[in-house]
Amino acid sequence: MARKISYQQAINEALAQEMRRDQTVFIMGEDNAGGAGAPGEDDAWGGVLGVTKGLYHQFPGRVLDTPLSEIGYVGAAVGAATRGLRPVCELMFVDFAGCCLDQILNQAAKFRYMFGGKAVTPLVIRTMVGAGLRAAAQHSQMLTALWTHIPGLKVVCPSSPYDAKGLLIQAIRDNDPVIFCEHKLLYSMQGEVPEELYTVPFGEANFLRDGDDVTLVTYGRMVHLALDAAASLARQGVSCEVLDLRTTSPLDAESILESVEKTGHLVVIDEANPRCSLATDIAALVAERAFHALKGPIRQVTAPHTPVPFSDALEDLYIPSAAKIEATVLELLQGRKVA
Amino acid sequence: MSRIHTLTMPKWGLSMTEGRVDTWLKHDGEAIDKGDAVLDVETDKISSSVEAPFGGVLRRQVAREDEILPVGALLAVVVEGEVDEAEIDAVVERFQAEFAATGGAEADSGPAPQKIELDGRLLRYFERGEGGVPLVLIHGFGSDLNNWLFNHEALATARRVIALDLPGHGESGKVLARGDLDELSGAVLGLLDHLDIPRAHLAGHSMGGAVALNCARLAPARVRSLSLLASAGLGPEINGDYLRGFVEAGNRNALKPALMQLFSDPALVNRQMLEDMLKYKRLEGVDTALRQLSATLFAEGRQQADLRALVNGGEHPALVIWGTADAIIPAAHSAGLSAEVHVLPGQAHMLQLEAAEAVNDLMLDFLDRH
Repeated sequence: MARKISYQQAINEALAQEMRRDQTVFIMGEDNAGGAGAPGEDDAWGGVLGVTKGLYHQFPGRVLDTPLSEIGYVGAAVGAATRGLRPVCELMFVDFAGCCLDQILNQAAKFRYMFGGKAVTPLVIRTMVGAGLRAAAQHSQMLTALWTHIPGLKVVCPSSPYDAKGLLIQAIRDNDPVIFCEHKLLYSMQGEVPEELYTVPFGEANFLRDGDDVTLVTYGRMVHLALDAAASLARQGVSCEVLDLRTTSPLDAESILESVEKTGHLVVIDEANPRCSLATDIAALVAERAFHALKGPIRQVTAPHTPVPFSDALEDLYIPSAAKIEATVLELLQGRKVA
Repeated sequence: MSRIHTLTMPKWGLSMTEGRVDTWLKHDGEAIDKGDAVLDVETDKISSSVEAPFGGVLRRQVAREDEILPVGALLAVVVEGEVDEAEIDAVVERFQAEFAATGGAEADSGPAPQKIELDGRLLRYFERGEGGVPLVLIHGFGSDLNNWLFNHEALATARRVIALDLPGHGESGKVLARGDLDELSGAVLGLLDHLDIPRAHLAGHSMGGAVALNCARLAPARVRSLSLLASAGLGPEINGDYLRGFVEAGNRNALKPALMQLFSDPALVNRQMLEDMLKYKRLEGVDTALRQLSATLFAEGRQQADLRALVNGGEHPALVIWGTADAIIPAAHSAGLSAEVHVLPGQAHMLQLEAAEAVNDLMLDFLDRH
């Protein structure tokens, strides 16, 4: 039986194995080492939630703590990537993206194009995304669409420990800048993960459940809520196909279309705000390219167009739930026989 | 004199934790013989029948169709002799109370595979059963010890049975030196040394059959008998398109048509099987190992090793089982061998999975005689 580890351990293991394999890989960020110079493991937090814990001691000189200055250290990472290193730089919360957007949006993402394909920028930015940690509006956003909008960036949202390890190794080996979105609420999730190195390719959605009645397309933590809804719907005689996009850029449009061609119904589930989002993007894709297959309207289950609330009760209402997904599917299929 | 038996959710393969009751094949009050298929169970990997390890009368179907139950959960009560309903109620109640108390802990305990380092490379193997002359199960190209999902336990009722992951496969080390038959056979013989087994029955499926034959060539005294299932090494033909398709496939849609050629029921190639195979193919070193093996053993879609003389030499008793619908290695290779030959009508390349019961019976009978 394959060994089970957490999503957080899977990320840590991917970093450690790639750093061991490739001397050009190093990590930097706020509190990545944590307590550097202090005696003892307890002082070294390894990131705000301990994801990089232990690496500082295993890789002397290759786990760098930076000042609280995204504009500075993300810029440094972009520069290092252009000079033959493979930095894995941590933007603690994706919500801080504004502080270093020029470095990502107008520099890293553009180099390959601006220099006639001759420049490579093998940079990974690991960042925490998503709501549910009672961390309020400035530490809970799901800014996936922001990155996906920018050509030149690759955007990864693993939903399981297996995918987290394989996609992170792929991200580190990739020659383009990659935004690697880690959902805070998945860190403790356990799953089977091979001890060996492996890569999960970008742009390949994962079919997590086969079904005939409706296609549920989602990514990140919402994958698990979609699976819960699908299991409940199965007991009511509704068969859902569940697609985990794994990466939002590149997007596996073919798998989405293939599934909708089969089921004729699409529900897109996205934890992000609803305007100009992955949900609207996928809805447009299917409306344009698989309209003939659709037997009903495309439905979206998303957060509302508001900041993430501070109130526990409101935050719970804000995040799409399995019950909302289930209700949406049943509503969509109304008029059809639902056993 | 009466006996009350409980039939429980089996554990097929290392990762199975639960199964869905598909269809009951026997009904309350029906007499069943040992080995009868009682119900069909579907797991996320594969569906198959649950066979009764005992005979009697099926007195109570405890599990409902479509119910998903953990490994070890109570499926049915089978009774030999006279027992009244109240006694059956009591057995069911006691079982359920105990099962709830242990939380179905059985699923995660039980026998587990071992890993050893052999010639600087990890080798995973899995032992079940004890006694007798041990049997070693050798899987085919691109497979692993789960190849024997429906065979390992059944074969282990009478003897110690060891399944291994060949180098380049499963959870064994992926780096091959030469990627030839001698290297693979060397790993099998090395495992026998490690386990202090002087002599063993060898069973091989597909490429594993050629590995077994080659073990008999390299170390004839270590091999008691050969069971060859849809075996390589017995003729020049092999489906080169399948091999190319399998090796090249990097995603679900490319892999599916290749894997479908292996089965007589293509519906068995489900989402989970494809995902498991992709997980294997993504591991570092696997692509290189498969290309290396394919190039040495099956260059240009032809089998390079002719090991028919090992069967016909008469030194080792041999059992040969094939399916008439094998699309990978033709059943015609079973002709003209001095061996016990069984060609199963309609069966395809993965006959040890799809016709597990027939294959197990033939092997148990053969092994008992040798």
